[in-house]
Amino acid sequence: MNLNLLSWIIFLPVLGLLVIAVIPRPGHKTVKWIALAAALASFILSMIMFFLFDRSAAAIGHMQFEEKIAWIPAINSFYHLGVDGLSLPLVILMTFLGVLSVLISWKIQLRPKEYFVWLLLLESSILGVFCSLDLILFFLFWEIELIPMFFLISIWGSGRKEYAAYKYLIYTLVGSAFMLAGILCTYFITNTLDITQLAGMQVKSSFIPLTVLFFLLMIGFAIKLPVFPFHTWLPDAHTNAPTAVSVILAGALLKMGGYGMIRLCVSFLPQVAVQYAPIMVILAIIGVLYGAAVTLRQTDLKRLIAYSSVSHMGYVLLGIFALNQVSMTGASLQMFSHGVITGLLFAMVGLVYDKTHNRDLNSLSGLARQMPVIAVVFSIAGLASLGLPGTSGFAAEFIIFAGSFVSTALGGMKIYTLLAVIGIVVTSGYILWMLQRAFYGTPLNKYNGVGDADAVEMLSTFSFVAVIMLVGIYPAVLTDVINMGIAPIAQLIGM
Amino acid sequence: MLMDEIRYISPEISILCFALLIVLIDLFVKQKRALPVLAFIGVVIAAVFTLLIWGNAGVTAFYKVIAIDQFGLFFKLLILASVALVILASHRYVIKFDNFQGEYYALLLLSAIGLMLLVSSTNLIAIYVALELSSISLYVLVSFLKDKQSSEAGLKYLILGAVASAVLLYGMAFIFGLTGNTCLTCIADYIKGMPADNLLASPILLVGIVLLVAGFGFKIASVPFQMWVPDVYEGAPTPITAYLSVASKAAGFAVITRVFMTAFGMPSWLSSDWAMIVAVLSTITMTVGNVIAIVQTNIKRLLGYSSIAQAGYLMVGLAAMGMAAESDGLIRSGLIFFLLSYTLTNLGAFIAIIAISNKINSDQIDDYAGMGKRAPLLAIALTLCLVSLTGLPPTAGLIAKIYIFSGAVDQGLLWLVIIAVINSCISAFYYFKVVKVMWLGEPVSQEKVTSSWPEWIALGLCCILVVIIGVVPGAFVNLTQAAVKIFGI
Repeated sequence: MNLNLLSWIIFLPVLGLLVIAVIPRPGHKTVKWIALAAALASFILSMIMFFLFDRSAAAIGHMQFEEKIAWIPAINSFYHLGVDGLSLPLVILMTFLGVLSVLISWKIQLRPKEYFVWLLLLESSILGVFCSLDLILFFLFWEIELIPMFFLISIWGSGRKEYAAYKYLIYTLVGSAFMLAGILCTYFITNTLDITQLAGMQVKSSFIPLTVLFFLLMIGFAIKLPVFPFHTWLPDAHTNAPTAVSVILAGALLKMGGYGMIRLCVSFLPQVAVQYAPIMVILAIIGVLYGAAVTLRQTDLKRLIAYSSVSHMGYVLLGIFALNQVSMTGASLQMFSHGVITGLLFAMVGLVYDKTHNRDLNSLSGLARQMPVIAVVFSIAGLASLGLPGTSGFAAEFIIFAGSFVSTALGGMKIYTLLAVIGIVVTSGYILWMLQRAFYGTPLNKYNGVGDADAVEMLSTFSFVAVIMLVGIYPAVLTDVINMGIAPIAQLIGM
Repeated sequence: MLMDEIRYISPEISILCFALLIVLIDLFVKQKRALPVLAFIGVVIAAVFTLLIWGNAGVTAFYKVIAIDQFGLFFKLLILASVALVILASHRYVIKFDNFQGEYYALLLLSAIGLMLLVSSTNLIAIYVALELSSISLYVLVSFLKDKQSSEAGLKYLILGAVASAVLLYGMAFIFGLTGNTCLTCIADYIKGMPADNLLASPILLVGIVLLVAGFGFKIASVPFQMWVPDVYEGAPTPITAYLSVASKAAGFAVITRVFMTAFGMPSWLSSDWAMIVAVLSTITMTVGNVIAIVQTNIKRLLGYSSIAQAGYLMVGLAAMGMAAESDGLIRSGLIFFLLSYTLTNLGAFIAIIAISNKINSDQIDDYAGMGKRAPLLAIALTLCLVSLTGLPPTAGLIAKIYIFSGAVDQGLLWLVIIAVINSCISAFYYFKVVKVMWLGEPVSQEKVTSSWPEWIALGLCCILVVIIGVVPGAFVNLTQAAVKIFGI
């Protein structure tokens, strides 16, 4: 059965944006409905794929829904797509966020035609990254994402939007520049661009030290995730981006980094990964603790959530470089879970800002009285973010810690894990403090007139909550799938 | 035999005929509208002739002075394509030249002949003559606006160009003095027989090569021979700037490649020595170009510095070629593929600029504010071309960079590639500055910026090809690989 399902999932948004682009002077409504239709179609297909996904033991370590067509024969490059347990949840995450980001942008007034064109292109490129099995194709999709992000932040953003857009552009370009050098080296060492062949390949190189290659590839992913010293673009980009873009940025875009680390760095160069895991784990701990500490000091709601992402991505990095099957599964689940939770948090901040035109914690208070629904959903998201049992945040973080605590890939993992757990405590601190100040203080009269969430907003936020609960209560719905992708990689490390 | 040889230069002859015809008709006809049509037909006929001799590739003519090979023919087509696009783009611009439209088109064609001979010459003397033929036409064309800036640009170009020619000639004299030959293959044969095993053992050869690099370096605007670029690019009529930045540069790279690969391609110590010189110059060139471009406020100067930077990337490919004395076609075709992509992209950018500046009469980047509203399609096209110059998908620029850098990595020039990719990050800064102004700036007036249909055709062609090469590069890669087969060992 060959329906080219993946191509459809990736290119349906492109189709949508082409339709939007060719209609001369479309009404706002038309544009939105077309965008929604494209995103929704892509989401439905990805759900179909999720149900068709072969979960039998025989399928472990194999790509599914593969498509392979010669693309640039001269350098052995193929248009090669496929998903396994590692990428499937991320594809679903992206298509899910794609639909919701269109809904979140429903009220956009400024140049809606261009806005939705860029938004759909962004969705396509991220989906492409998760599905590509050819390094050049992977790189191509990785880079496409920059252009829509630049425009979305710089035109529809707020505050220092141009500065943020530039910072994002340059940071990402620097990362991908090194990545390109790394990809080219990989090609000449191994003579293949096929990601599936690279996994577990016994590479020997007289050409450049494998360590150098590892870090060339790693830098790009580290900037994207972001790992501690490279994280400074993130608060700016998040804070100044429009709400829907923040949702996609935190929800799916950061995950490209974690995905790339597992897919390329760890599975292609497991020995080097083991060798340098202590450094990465220490950076992860710094990220967790430093990120959490800085978050405590934020008074801008959006910036607060942005910094909390730095901290949460630290867990992902810890999970990956604990190099244990359980911890890596946890890291993948955390990527999914953080995508939904933080996506929701940004959506909620966007709502609060829309209603009150204020994001400053010092001048918000007692909003629960004026906007009860928003307050409840915001609280659920916050509690999920701090890892309350029953939410996906708990499941993911628990699995990471359970895995990293027993990991034998490198020494001292018990201590590292204990240090990272402190991050959870700080997280509870800033989340509860934020909720308390914004929603549960004395109500302010100036916000008496503001409304609560309307039907569209409820629809989008409740679907987030549903996913958070579902994964929290029954994480196996995803972990079973993720495990199939992680198991062969963990085997390579031999732990 | 003679008829055959004449057939081999039929493209040049046909262009020459049309150039003279244009001058003649210009004398007698009041209606100047026929001139560009005539020039365009001339180019198309020359292209047809070029395609007709594609099958005969692999021969030499006129006692080994002219080579008919796919490398040369590929570049002839590239040059003809850029001349055709420049003619289309000049459609409205030529109004500024009053009564000199005939001369404009004639000189454009004459310089094209020079470039076409340049890319197929295999003899130092012929190379020099062809170079001068194209340069002299270009000196005049640069000063064609006859205002202060344009005249200054013309004079600068003339003086520096003359110095560069002298240096080149001097270098050729050294090579001739050493080898006693001017034909490239004969020089190669002599050098292969030399007992030396490094460049320092033969100072005359060293001096000769260095002088040749300097002389050709002027043509391709490599640092430290790039001084003329910003002023000339700014002062010259914009279509001529476009022409200089693509056709002249492409021909420059073609002749360097041919001279260095044919005459100095073997033995491998020699080629890796000059490759190292090129690699070092390349780092300086792209860094200087990119860093200075950041502070530019005039779009033509900005693209001038950007073209210096692009020359730097191209030299990465040249260095890889020199290092790859004994490898396959992949590495060698990287340079040509990049040139193809660069030519289309840069022409596209310039055509958009010509169309915009025709209306707003300014080349200041600030005056492009709000162009996204005043001329959305032009702004989209210019954005696409700038994105391609940055090297981002889905455009030819990214594939070209991947391709040219992959060759360099293969040859152990990883350090050079890392410098080059960092440079592309720097370049994003100023390319996106223009993009930002166009889409975010507030328009200074609400007046729409319109353009004429020849400009649209030219711009549309460039943009479509840039995207096609960016998405399905396979066929173009094969074409460029065919073009470099002649340097097979």
